[in-house]
Amino acid sequence: MTWVLNNLELILQLTLEHIRLSILPIVLGFVIAIPLGWLAYRYRLTRGLILTLVGLLYTIPSLALFVILPPLLGIGFLSEANVIIALTIYAVAIMARSVAEALASVDQGVKQAATAMGYSGWGRFWSVEFPLAGPVLLAGLRVVAVSTVSLLTVGIVVGVQSLGYLFTNGFQRGIVEQVLAGVVMVVIVALLFDGLLVLLGRWLMPWTRVDRSSRRPIESQQGVEPPAQAFGRGVQQAGAR
Amino acid sequence: MIEFRSISKRFDDGTLAVDDFSLVIPSRRITVLVGSSGSGKTTLLRMINRMVDATSGELEIDGENVSSIEPVQLRRRIGYVMQNSGLLPHRRVIDNIATVPRLNGVPKKQAHARALELMDTVGLDRDLGERYPSQLSGGQQQRVGVARGLAVDPNILLMDEPFGAVDPIVRADLQQELLRLQRDLDKTVVFVTHDIDEAFLLGHQVVILEKGGRIAQKGTPAEILANPASDFVASFVGADRGKRALSIRTIDGAQVLVDGDGNLAGRLVEAGPA
Repeated sequence: MTWVLNNLELILQLTLEHIRLSILPIVLGFVIAIPLGWLAYRYRLTRGLILTLVGLLYTIPSLALFVILPPLLGIGFLSEANVIIALTIYAVAIMARSVAEALASVDQGVKQAATAMGYSGWGRFWSVEFPLAGPVLLAGLRVVAVSTVSLLTVGIVVGVQSLGYLFTNGFQRGIVEQVLAGVVMVVIVALLFDGLLVLLGRWLMPWTRVDRSSRRPIESQQGVEPPAQAFGRGVQQAGAR
Repeated sequence: MIEFRSISKRFDDGTLAVDDFSLVIPSRRITVLVGSSGSGKTTLLRMINRMVDATSGELEIDGENVSSIEPVQLRRRIGYVMQNSGLLPHRRVIDNIATVPRLNGVPKKQAHARALELMDTVGLDRDLGERYPSQLSGGQQQRVGVARGLAVDPNILLMDEPFGAVDPIVRADLQQELLRLQRDLDKTVVFVTHDIDEAFLLGHQVVILEKGGRIAQKGTPAEILANPASDFVASFVGADRGKRALSIRTIDGAQVLVDGDGNLAGRLVEAGPA
């Protein structure tokens, strides 16, 4: 513990840096994945194309990406932008498929009902389909968050400071404790993001955490009625995925 | 009045769902389209609010051709109730009922006040307004569906097998409620079902459909039962068997009615003044 106790300030500083750098790729990845995922969900032609493409993106090694991106985009090798863009690409690669699956998980009957009530296409997407895709979107986003936090450590090879520093520096100096401290902090940051996303989901999707005890229908004036239909089936399936 | 004139519908995959269908649906009455699956009944219903567009023919509502009305605007003035209620699971009951008025730009407060009134109309406890649909029983959900269909006080209410998924006791309740509502509110109701008993119970006009939306017979339940137009109709309504084929037997000097299965159905008495 000596190393850790002597370097608390460094660890804290790297952790904050790590959190700061993780946020942008997660948010950007999510936003960019929405139209892509929608295209993949909506048209058969674009589905195969987009899903294959994002699948391939994910197979590009991060080191290769750090080398390819700067000349392609005219940014510096050692810039933060290089790492952020690379991580955004991975986030999109994971998230686009999630968005397509999430939109497909929305109950067909509910979509038809929304149309029948007079939602326009755009209105129906944002008011009905997108929120109801929420649980599956959230599941995808949680994977993205954890993956981004973990991948960010690689950024140290192009000199972008993060908890990855503890890995390389600790390895070079042969301090096992320093490497372990890095691993533990990465896990903690990942858990932090995950926990925040879960809380965010609960706050934004109150209908998914309907209290079990109140799920039991109250008896109507007409006498005993059967238990509620498994409504919001899409949502429940989504949770199971 | 809703008028179908030589309506046909061919889907993209080539199936002819409706072939040369013509029908007049009178205002302020319940018209029931009844048929087995594949009879095109739901397709016909959805043509009224343009969820399905006819391939050929004309459909008019009060003399106005629906093809000249923008679909989204058209749908916002026609009530629609479907099987499994079709409620939005992420909205509270009160917001579900207020959906269409809100789409039409009615302020939230006003729309909610109206929603609470509608909950009274369909026999729902106002306290349920704060709940999510999944917290309601199947019967309650259907009531919410009906309340939502009535929210903009539409002249026309389309109902697509609305009571198909609830148990028989609740269904009987909801059917009576619908009859009461229609009497009180004077709506033009177009109701789709595959259940002939439901059709005869609810319909002022019953339209029996065969494959491809061909009308096998239309008329009041009494007209159809008295004179089935074909063997198909007779068999569909069960005119020759079961509880609809009653015969008179005399037991101890009194005349009793026995149904097609040999079960006692009732007693024959003098008809009172109509």
